[in-house]
Amino acid sequence: MEIAIIKYNAGNIQSVQYALQRVGYNAIVTDNHNVIKNADKVIFPGVGNAYSAMQSLKENRLDDVIKQLTQPVLGICVGMQLLCKHSEENNATGLGIIDLAVKKFVSEERHFKIPHIGWNNIYNVSSALFDGVKEDSFVYYVHSYYVEHGIETIATTDYIFPYSAVIQKNNFYGVQFHTEKSAEIGDRILLNFLKMK
Amino acid sequence: MKSDSTSNNFQCLPLGRFRGCRLTKRIIPCLDIKDGRTVKGINFENIRDAGDPVELAKFYSQQGADELVFLDITATIEKRKTLVDLVKKLASNINIPFTIGGGITSIENVSELLQHGADKVSVNTAAYKRPELITEIADDFGSQCVVVAIDAKREKDGEWYVYLNGGRTKTESNAIKWARDAVKRGAGEILLTSINHDGTKNGFALEIISLLTAALPVPVIASGGAGRMNHFKEVFQKAHADAALAASIFHYKEIEIPALKKYLKENNINVRI
Repeated sequence: MEIAIIKYNAGNIQSVQYALQRVGYNAIVTDNHNVIKNADKVIFPGVGNAYSAMQSLKENRLDDVIKQLTQPVLGICVGMQLLCKHSEENNATGLGIIDLAVKKFVSEERHFKIPHIGWNNIYNVSSALFDGVKEDSFVYYVHSYYVEHGIETIATTDYIFPYSAVIQKNNFYGVQFHTEKSAEIGDRILLNFLKMK
Repeated sequence: MKSDSTSNNFQCLPLGRFRGCRLTKRIIPCLDIKDGRTVKGINFENIRDAGDPVELAKFYSQQGADELVFLDITATIEKRKTLVDLVKKLASNINIPFTIGGGITSIENVSELLQHGADKVSVNTAAYKRPELITEIADDFGSQCVVVAIDAKREKDGEWYVYLNGGRTKTESNAIKWARDAVKRGAGEILLTSINHDGTKNGFALEIISLLTAALPVPVIASGGAGRMNHFKEVFQKAHADAALAASIFHYKEIEIPALKKYLKENNINVRI
């Protein structure tokens, strides 16, 4: 199985490659259009700023490549957010594959610290992506922006209010938490993704 | 400073009711690293090589640690490469987040560590001396990966002062003011070690942790003073710490993480089990 991790200027991409190695798969980190198009699975990671991440995709004309992919694609964190239409982070326009908006966490209440950092749980999980993953399993989050809840939501997390932990449309999956840092649950979700057809 | 009453009266409700506050409290073992090896005194019979940080990291992640912090106390320029090699090994062996601290003075240091798999960096003296460093890291990599570590000591005048260079150098700065400033500049978390409490095993510094959790909009990691399980309960329930860090009590198995988490859960503290 050929797994491509999209290489662009968006932070800690290496972690995803390491996570795949831990579960027994090698992946290619690449910005080569043909390699990405021909891969069996594509992983689209990202940490940091959505706007600059999107700029970096455009500079390498990866935005069009991603939109046209037909194999399973997994966006992680900022990668997930960029699958959406728009982000409040520097007013970034996303790829628009999934018709949801990315918003900044706002809370009047002191006990809700922002960024949302740490282990929180996912519920209403409904997808083969969660085979062997129980309701209320803990996953690791680090983010200040979230994808709103919508019909594409296939797992929910609550922080201040319910938001999209995981979204899906056709072959595109997006996870807000870090599968590569979510202990056994993260490994399980990565492995399930690799089984997608 | 008056602490916020809403914040202080806040308690998480049990699962299944209000879901809004289910973010767990984190337990973070801290390992000191010198020349790529863990520093003396760590004694685990079931680990092949207790000097190997990767073995220990795996052990702690299997035990249910929520994150790990590695403080490099070598931090000389020649040895930086050893640290980067260690980061790579850690990233390819453990599946929980980890922070690297010690001797980070430039955005280049940070970039190298993050590129090789570290999730966050912790900055202390260098950030105090040149606070722009915090903003530089936050701008390039996001606030979520900048932990500002503050070593603070309560002096006879009742004030908490910032100390530098591993607690050796006193400054005239107030620790809470510095923490606020660090957050304004882009710190995503504050790691507060009380010099008065560190090593005493008499409990965390509830006073300054309470002040910080009430004053800051970012998570606060409490460090220094853990000796018994109820100290963790106190720092979470009374001082509202978001995470608690400890070293020797975990290394010497005085407290084991599974038992600690079970205890915290029984005391209605939301933890990942």
